[in-house]
This record gives sequence, C-alpha cells and structure tokens, in this order.
Amino acid sequence: MSVMKSHATNGEWNRLARDALIDSLKKLMPQHQIRNPVMFVVYAGAWLVWALWIRDLVDMRTAMSAFTGTVDAWLWLTLLFASFSESLAEGQGKAQAASLRQARQTVQARRVQEARADAPYESVPGTQLRPGDLVRVEAGDIIPSDGEAVLGVASMDESAITGESAPVIREGSGDRTAVTGGTRILSDWLVIRVTSAPGDTFLDRMIRMVEEASRRKTPNEIALGILLVVLTLVFLVVTMTLYPYSWYAVHYAIHKGHVVGITVLVALLVCLIPTTIGALLPAIGIAGIMRLMRANVVATSGRAIEAAGDVDVLLLDKTGTITYGNRQAAEYHPAPGTTQEQVAAMARLASLADETPEGRSIVALTQKRFPGQTQALGADAALITFTAQTRMSGVDAGGHRIRKGAPDAMRAWIGQHGGAWPQELEITIQRVASRGATPLVVCVDAAALGVIELKDIVKKGIRERFAELRRMGIRTVMVTGDNPLTAQAIAAEAGVDDFIAEAKPEEKLSRIRAFHDEGHMVAMTGDGTNDAPALAQADVALCMATGTQAAREAANMVDLDSNPTKILEIVRIGKQLLMTRGSLTTFSVANDVAKYFAIIPAAFVGTYPALSALNIMDLSSPRHAILAAVIFNAVVIPFLIPLALKGVRTRAASAKSLLRRNIWIYGIGGLVTPFIGIKFIDLLLVWL
Amino acid sequence: MTANGFWQITLILAAAFALSVPFGRYLARVFRNEHTWLDTLLNPVDRLLGHVIGRRTVEMPMSWKEYALSMLITNGLMGLLIYLILSVQGTLPLNPLKFPDLNPFLAFNTAASFITNTNWQNYSGETTLSLFSQMAAITFAMFAAAATGLVVAIAFFRALAAPADGGRNLGNFYRDFIRALTRVLLPLCLVVTPLLVWQGSPETLHGPAVAHLVQGGAQRIPLGPVADLEVIKQLGTNGGGFFNANSAHPYENPTPLTNIVEILLMMLTSLSLVVTFGIMVGQRRLARVMYTVMALMLVVAIGVAVHAEWAGTPVLAGSGIMIHAGHGQMGGNMVGKETRFGITDSALFDTVSTAFTTGSVNSALDSYTPLAGMVSLVQMMLNCVFGGKGVGTMNFLMYGIFAVFIAGLMVGRTPEFLGKKIERREIVLASLALLVHPLIILLPTAWALASPTGVAALGNTGSHGLSEILYAFTSAAANNGSAFAGLNANTPWYNTVLGLVMLFGRYVSIILMLAVGGSLAAKPTVPSTIGTLRTDTALFGGFWLATIIVVGALTFLPALVLGPLAEFFMLYPHG
Repeated sequence: MSVMKSHATNGEWNRLARDALIDSLKKLMPQHQIRNPVMFVVYAGAWLVWALWIRDLVDMRTAMSAFTGTVDAWLWLTLLFASFSESLAEGQGKAQAASLRQARQTVQARRVQEARADAPYESVPGTQLRPGDLVRVEAGDIIPSDGEAVLGVASMDESAITGESAPVIREGSGDRTAVTGGTRILSDWLVIRVTSAPGDTFLDRMIRMVEEASRRKTPNEIALGILLVVLTLVFLVVTMTLYPYSWYAVHYAIHKGHVVGITVLVALLVCLIPTTIGALLPAIGIAGIMRLMRANVVATSGRAIEAAGDVDVLLLDKTGTITYGNRQAAEYHPAPGTTQEQVAAMARLASLADETPEGRSIVALTQKRFPGQTQALGADAALITFTAQTRMSGVDAGGHRIRKGAPDAMRAWIGQHGGAWPQELEITIQRVASRGATPLVVCVDAAALGVIELKDIVKKGIRERFAELRRMGIRTVMVTGDNPLTAQAIAAEAGVDDFIAEAKPEEKLSRIRAFHDEGHMVAMTGDGTNDAPALAQADVALCMATGTQAAREAANMVDLDSNPTKILEIVRIGKQLLMTRGSLTTFSVANDVAKYFAIIPAAFVGTYPALSALNIMDLSSPRHAILAAVIFNAVVIPFLIPLALKGVRTRAASAKSLLRRNIWIYGIGGLVTPFIGIKFIDLLLVWL
Repeated sequence: MTANGFWQITLILAAAFALSVPFGRYLARVFRNEHTWLDTLLNPVDRLLGHVIGRRTVEMPMSWKEYALSMLITNGLMGLLIYLILSVQGTLPLNPLKFPDLNPFLAFNTAASFITNTNWQNYSGETTLSLFSQMAAITFAMFAAAATGLVVAIAFFRALAAPADGGRNLGNFYRDFIRALTRVLLPLCLVVTPLLVWQGSPETLHGPAVAHLVQGGAQRIPLGPVADLEVIKQLGTNGGGFFNANSAHPYENPTPLTNIVEILLMMLTSLSLVVTFGIMVGQRRLARVMYTVMALMLVVAIGVAVHAEWAGTPVLAGSGIMIHAGHGQMGGNMVGKETRFGITDSALFDTVSTAFTTGSVNSALDSYTPLAGMVSLVQMMLNCVFGGKGVGTMNFLMYGIFAVFIAGLMVGRTPEFLGKKIERREIVLASLALLVHPLIILLPTAWALASPTGVAALGNTGSHGLSEILYAFTSAAANNGSAFAGLNANTPWYNTVLGLVMLFGRYVSIILMLAVGGSLAAKPTVPSTIGTLRTDTALFGGFWLATIIVVGALTFLPALVLGPLAEFFMLYPHG
C-alpha cells in the first residue's frame, strides 16, 4: 500500500470537494474567521450589510433591499469561496494523515533487559516504551517505536511510510540500523534500542506535520500576512473616511444626491482589500507542503520548504547523487604482448568470487565484451580476499596465482616474484589515473597482464539538471572522498561548479560554515551518523529514509524514497511556493485599479453627475457597476483555486526572466482581467 | 504650452540634473568624512563645536536607536526654543513694529511647522513676526530642520551599506549634523545670498521703509533679513516665507533670474541625495534607476500642471478672457500669478515645490486649474517624487522595500534588498511607515469636513472646499507647507491638529525608517547570484513605479474624486 503516492482519482476529488464544502460552511463561525484578518473584514462587512438588508426589508424598500440583499449574498459567497479553498487543501492533508494514522497502531512489545538473542522478555504496550528500552521484534511484528537495531539482521517492509514495497535490510551494525515505528518486520529478528518517546516518533511527527500545515504559519507567510493586514487597514481608513467626505459633498458642497450608502462603502472596501490573496494564502501554504509529500518527502517544518527556495549552494555527495553507487569496470588495457581478451579472462577469474560491486562489474564487463569466457573456477580454487595490508585480491586456481590490485601493491608483488614491470604499463596507469578513473593491475604469477579501468558512471541527465540549477543561480558542490584528480574528472563530466575532494565528514561541516559566513544558504543530503552535524548545520538538510536515526533527527527533511537527487525537486517546490504567493499578491493588488473605476463613479455620480466620465467601462448603472465589481471579486477566488493548489508554473530561469514573465502574467494580467470580467458581468446583469 | 516655455523647463531641469551629480559626490565626501576643500577653514570650527557638545558624544558610532534618540532630543529642544521665542517675542529685541506675542496655538503650530521642515504658516510673516523671531526662530529652524532631514537619510544609507552585523554603523548624529551645517548649508547660503541681494532682496535689520504716495499718505513697506532666509528656505526645502506672499513677493523673489535660482535651490539637495545614495551604498546602477523613476514622475507632473495652466478653463474662456497667448496677452490661467514669472515659470515653481515638498510658492495654488492643483496634491500624497531633503529618498526606498518583497517572491526567493533579507520585522516597520501617511491625511480631513469648526474655516464651498481641507492636511503630513489659501487655518483647532499631523508626518516615518535601516544593518549580506532579484534594472524600476502608483496614489483616488476631479469634470461636462 502506498499512502504517499496516492493520486486522487476523479471520485476521490468529488469526495474531497464535498467534504471541503461542508467544512467551509463550518468555517463561517467567527472564531475561525478571526484567524484571517483580511477575510474577517469581509466577514464583519457581510454581517453589517445583512443587518442593513433586514432594515430595508422591514422598511419595505423593495428596490433597495434587492440590491443590499444581492450584495450581501455575494459577500457571503466570497467568504465561502475563501473557506472552500482552505478546506480543499486541508482535505488532502487530512486524507494523508488518516492513512498514516492507520499505521500507528498500539502493539504489544517484547521488552528485554539485555541485547541477547535469547534474553527473557516481558510484554508491554508499545506506548509505554521509553528511549533506551530494548525491544525484541520478530518476523510479522509491527515495530513498536522508532529505534536502532543493536543486534540481528532482518528484512523489513517499510511501505507504510515510504510507499515502497520492496523489502529493505536492517541490521545491528553499520549504517543501516534505523528502524521506524509502524513498519513491519518480514523475516528473522532484531533487538532494537528505542530512541523516541511515545508520541514523538517519526510517524507521529509526520502526522503532526500534515495536520499542522494549516495552523502553523511560516516566516514568509507571516510577513506577507502583515503586509496584507496593513493594506486592509489603509483601505479601511479610505472607505470609512469617504462617508464624511460624501456627507460634506452632499450637504455643503453641492446640495445634490445622497450621501454614499453603507452597503456601497462595504462593497468598495471588500473589493479594495486584498481578498484574493487573503483567501488563497492558507491554501497555497498547505498545498506547498502537500506537493512535497507527494514527492515523498517529509519536512519537519514549513520553514524548511521556504528555505529550500532560497538555497543557492547544493552540497551533493558524489556517490549515489551524481554517480551510480560504486565504480564500475569500463575498459581493459592490455600490457605489451597480451591481448585484451587475455586481460579480460584473467580479470574475470580474479573477480568471480569477489562480491564487491567493483568485482561484479568486472565479471559483467568481460561477459559483455567476450561472451565466450565462461570458465568456472575449479574445486581446488583458493580465494584470496582483499585486505587493507595486501591491497589486492584474487584466486589461486589451476596452479596459477591470479591477482588484481592497486598498481603500487602489484608492482611490489611482481618485484617479490622476480617479474618485470613493463614501462608501457606505467604509462597506461598514468593515463587512466589522469582521467579520474581507478587503474587496477591484473597479474598472473609474476607477469603483469594489463590494467582494468574502473570508472564512476555519472547518472544520466544529471548534467542537464546542474545546468538548470546554474541558470537559477544555484551553485553545485560535489563532495567526495576521492583524490583531487579523480574528483576533478568527475566534476567536469557531471558539470558541477565546484568539488571537495578527499572530504571527511567534518569537512562538510566546516565548508557549510564557510558558506554561511559568506551569506549563502546551503542544502545537503546525507544518511550516515557522521553526516549528522553537517545536516544540523545546513539550511535544508535532506536525509534518506534509510539513514541512521541520528541523521534523521538532524535533518529537517526526510526523503522516503531515499533518492538523493530529490533535493533538486525540493528546491523547485520551495521556489514554486514563494512564487505562487508573490504572483497572486501582485494579481490581487493589480485588480484594484479596475475596481476603483467601477465603484467610485457609481458611488458618487448622484452627487456629481460629471463623474460619469470616470465610468470608462461604460457600465450600465451604478448598482450594476457595484454588483459587478463585488461578483468579480468573489468569483475570481474559485477560478484561482486550482492555481493556488498546483502552484504557478516554474522554469529553470534567471530571476530576471522569471520576474518579467510573472509581471506580464500576473501584473499586467491582473490589471486587465478585471476590466474584462467586470464588464462581462455587467452585460450579464443587464441580460438577466 | 509655448515653445519658449518648453525650452525653459527643459533647460532648468537639465541644469538641475547636471548640478546634482557633482553635488551628490560632494555630499558623499562630506558624510564619509573625506577631505573637502573647505576643511582648512572649517575643521577648527567643527572641532570647537565638537568640544562644546562633548568629544565622546560626537565621536561614538551610533545604533539606529541612539541616532533616532539624538535626533529627537535635539529637535525637541530646538522646537521648544522656537516655541518660547515666538511666545515672548514682544519682550525680545529687534521688534521695530512692536508685534505682540503669538498665542499658544499659533506658536505651537509654527514651532511644529518649522522644526518639521513643513513651514506651514498660519500667520503673515510681515505683520506677525519680529525681525528677531524671523532670524532666531524661523531662519534658525530652517537650517536645523534641513540638516536633520539630510543626516537621517545619510544614516539610513549607511545602514543599508553596512556589512553584516553593522548595527552600530549608522554614524554619529551630532557629527553629521555639524557637517551638514558647516559643509553644505551655510557655505551655499553664504554664496547665494549676495546674488539675491544683488537682484533686489533686502538684507537689513532696519524697520520698514516708508513710501510717500502720490495721492498722499504714507505706505510702510516691511523690510528685514530677507535674502538669507530666502536661500535656506529654498535650499533646505523649507518653504516658509518672510512675507505672506512667499516667493510671489518681489522682495523674496525679485526677478525671473532669482526665480530660476530658487527653483534650482529647491531641487539641488534632494536630487543629489540619490547620487549620494548610489555612492555611499555602492549601488550606482540602482541609484540611476531610482533617479530615472523619480525624474519620470516629476516630468509628468510638471507636464500636466504646466499644460493645464496654459489651457485655462472653459469658464475663463467663456468670461471673455484671452485664453490664448498673443495680442499682448499672456493667455492661459493667469489668475493668482505674477506677470514677471508668467504661466510656465509659476507652474514650474509650484510643481517643483510640491514635488520636493518645499512648500514655497510664487503664485496662488488655490487659483490653479483643478488638474494642476491635483498634481501638487498627488505629489505630496506620494511624498517621494524626489521629495523633501532626505525623507523623500527614504520614502522612495520604503516603497522599494514593498516592491522588492512582492517581486522577490515572484522569483521564488525570500526577498532581499541590497543583499539583506526582507523579513517580518522590516515589513512590519515599513508597513507602519506606509500606513501613517494616509492615516494622518484622511482621518483629520474627515474630521474637519464633518465638524462645524472645520467647515467654518473654508473660504470656498463646493468640491473646492474639500480640496482646500484635503490639501491642508496633505501638505502638513508631507511636511510641505504650501496651502490652498482659501482655508483660514489660524484657529485653535486647525493650529493644533495641523501641528500634530506635521509632527507625526515627520518623526514617525523617520524613526520607522531608521528602525528598518538598523534592522537591515544587523543582517548578514547575501551574495548576489543570477537567481537573485536584481533591483537595478529598468524592469524592476517599472515595478517600483507601479507599486508607488497602485499602493501610494490610488489610495487617495476616492478623496481626489470628490475634490479636484469632481471640480475638473464639472468644468468639462463632456470629459
């Protein structure tokens, strides 16, 4: 079962929309409305106009009450549309939280006193486990809490949180110790040391994140919210003072017409304050977090997503992110007097029993190049495994000692056995090393046959991604333990901007600090315990779900797919979130121009008929003009909901071209659209 | 507009723009404490003044709070001094016409008006103030207020240019203040005053001249130290005249030549400060963009105002007045204008005066055509068409913060301006600064229009009455000081409310913007990449301008519709 990757079908959407509609009606309670100051002004206005409508009804002013009632109806619709957009976004989150909650069952745990395979256990509910407790889990169990395996090896089904159904291995040592509460153990057993307090497990945090998406505002959202509140205050003053201005105009200046009505002033106020962005702002934020979750990334805070938009340095591990896992055999270079096939054959024999990725890649390369080489090792074959002292491996078979290893180790070996080290071989080794590859020398007894070239294979398409990042102004830095020469070659091939060679974990940390001192925002990926300090330091720290508990604690995002390349997607989502906010704010504010021209002449043309010159849209009547503006203001919200939920289109482009594009679409578009919309609604009102 | 008028305007503007570059560089030298050619002469003076104030006080680097507090205390004390002088001028020397003390309301209004660089005058200088008051209260305040405006802008620039954690890098208020006086304001006044005296401005401590008229009787013509007051009035974007007629009076602005000099003086510092900004913040390209946007607004304003005055109105045309130039007639709307300046130089003077929030006038704004009057109103509502000394640039940058915030989001980054992140604190402070201006214009105007006291002061009814009251509060809020003279604002209510509006308009926004500066100064600088929003481009300049128009100007549209726009459309029934 995959909960994170659920793509809502049509049926689900209908259900989501229905739930959202019901929920948005509930949101019309004042205690909810007060949380969004911009919409609360609309809310207060809607009640005020409602009271005026009742008064008009009681006074039997039919025409007036029809107008007041219609304006009021549209004000309530405006509020409903706003709540609906928020409910719709929340609904998606709720669905995800519900499926996550299913995984969080109370299970009985076998608590043990010491980490032994046969230690006696007592059965306790999982909720009573405290950090430090030892628990034994066996095939078929649900892991009761987050922890680290301290003993045993087991295969796990982590699909409840990752959506990935392929089993993964967890074992009591190394970097694969982290187990997550709510996942299931498929085979064998483990002893786990609990690391999370009840209610604070990874799963709990994920659920909390989804649920709180609508409640906790991020820094940028707060800043924008303040700006919107201040604009609202300005327009509140503008419309409130218009009453005495109009009163003066009618009673002192010209003795004509009527003082502008409260309904008209409320209509003007609602049209001028940034209701469009005010209504959609919560939905945009929630939708951003949901987009991240759909990408199978769990962020521990909304702040991290915003930070992702700001990142301008990416620290990327070479292995896994830029290149496919380990080095692979790419070429055989025979020494003088040997053929390539001979090298291939011996290299294969030396690697047949070698289970390292390098060894397997050598077998695979020979198979590909020389399919005829299928000789098996005899029963008398003795395997020589790699040790740090000998720095070579191979096999003794058929009376021959076949070895492969680092050039200097092999040279010593040949010297010991009285063989000759051909000069040409040295040149080949230099050449291979100079292009960043690793040369291995293959020997049979005292004769050097040739060189195996091991190469890092750069992931397909990664170069293009880095070029995109460069266009967005993001610097990529490759981190690798390789020597500078190798690092440089791969850096050039992958197209990264910079690299750190022979990097130790603490070097990552100091490099991040250095970038911070220069004012950069740094994102990095990591999974090992020794990555934890650097992850804690980085602004955006993405940890693989397979990572250790320490790394997961230190990071502010966890990738459930354990795909380090995901960081690029996260940056895009972060940028998109901010861009959607900015673009809709621009649109909302630009809309005001047309609304002024619709309402202002309509409000005062009774006092100063000459002001009809300002009715540049040629709207049919003052009441129609005001209604049309209010209706436009309301219906623009549902029209923009899809955009708010999906986010504006993003491209890898410079800030300048992004700005130009968004100003054209949302600035100029925001200026022009309401003129057309209001005129159209006015024509519709006349037709009705 | 005539071809002659067009060329006059073009040449005057070109001269002003050309002068602003070297003068802006000079200002940067002065406030970076670099060597200037007056040093040998003036360094001892600086040292002496520094000694009087206290060595440590003038040398310690200040945080924004210390800078703002020093500014407030100094201005408060000077304002109090002005108030006292005006309140007891009857007992003070140099009072040849034996003018009595000012009443407390008028004294408060005048003190607030002059210390805030507003120079709104609810009195006629020549019939109210003694020569001592003109010098010790008025001219003194003009220097002090101009220097204050100048140095807070400089402090703000320093804050923007500060490296990471430069929270105490705003400079020293007292040192800046002294240098503004000794290196900028006083030398220029000393140079230009003789020019005005040569052209006919009086500079004397004698009482009035007495003229014996042909038809018998005598006329007493007030004289006094006019020329020096006139120079600092223009140079410091102050605007309060020695005489009630302000720069229309032949002693304040005797000839077309002095008219041009006075226009150039008004523009000089505010234009130059943009250049200074570019140098001090190290953003010359950005400064060019800012300059261009402001110059664009100015040119459009001048174009509309001058054109509207030349066009006159159908009412004028209908009453048999020569509306077109020729046959020995000026043409256009000559109501309330001096024939020695004519339409072009009058409209240019008054439009520049409201753009640079000087407030001096050489013609009666109240008699302008509705559109030209509205141009003046709108410029003060924007308060950043170059604007008053220092504060204009700061206001413009305040709009820049909003433009950056929204445009920054549109490119997908937390917005940053000059490499500093614009976050919650900056938005709160800048928002308050944005809010205060419409608040102190629209609310008191509404109060005045709804109260019998407010309306009773009106000389005109009709929509023009609304314009007059709106103009008064806009002028006070923008610290401009010019007026639609139809309003008799010398009443306790207007004196008090206008005085308060001036104080709020001046100090609240200055303190808020200094706080923004202090907050930015404390932040680390984010290095610029291709993903950074560039603010020094034409594209962003356009967005900046749009922000100013949509957020700054449209806010006032409803009020303008019931004032000058109603008046305008009634004059032209067919639009």
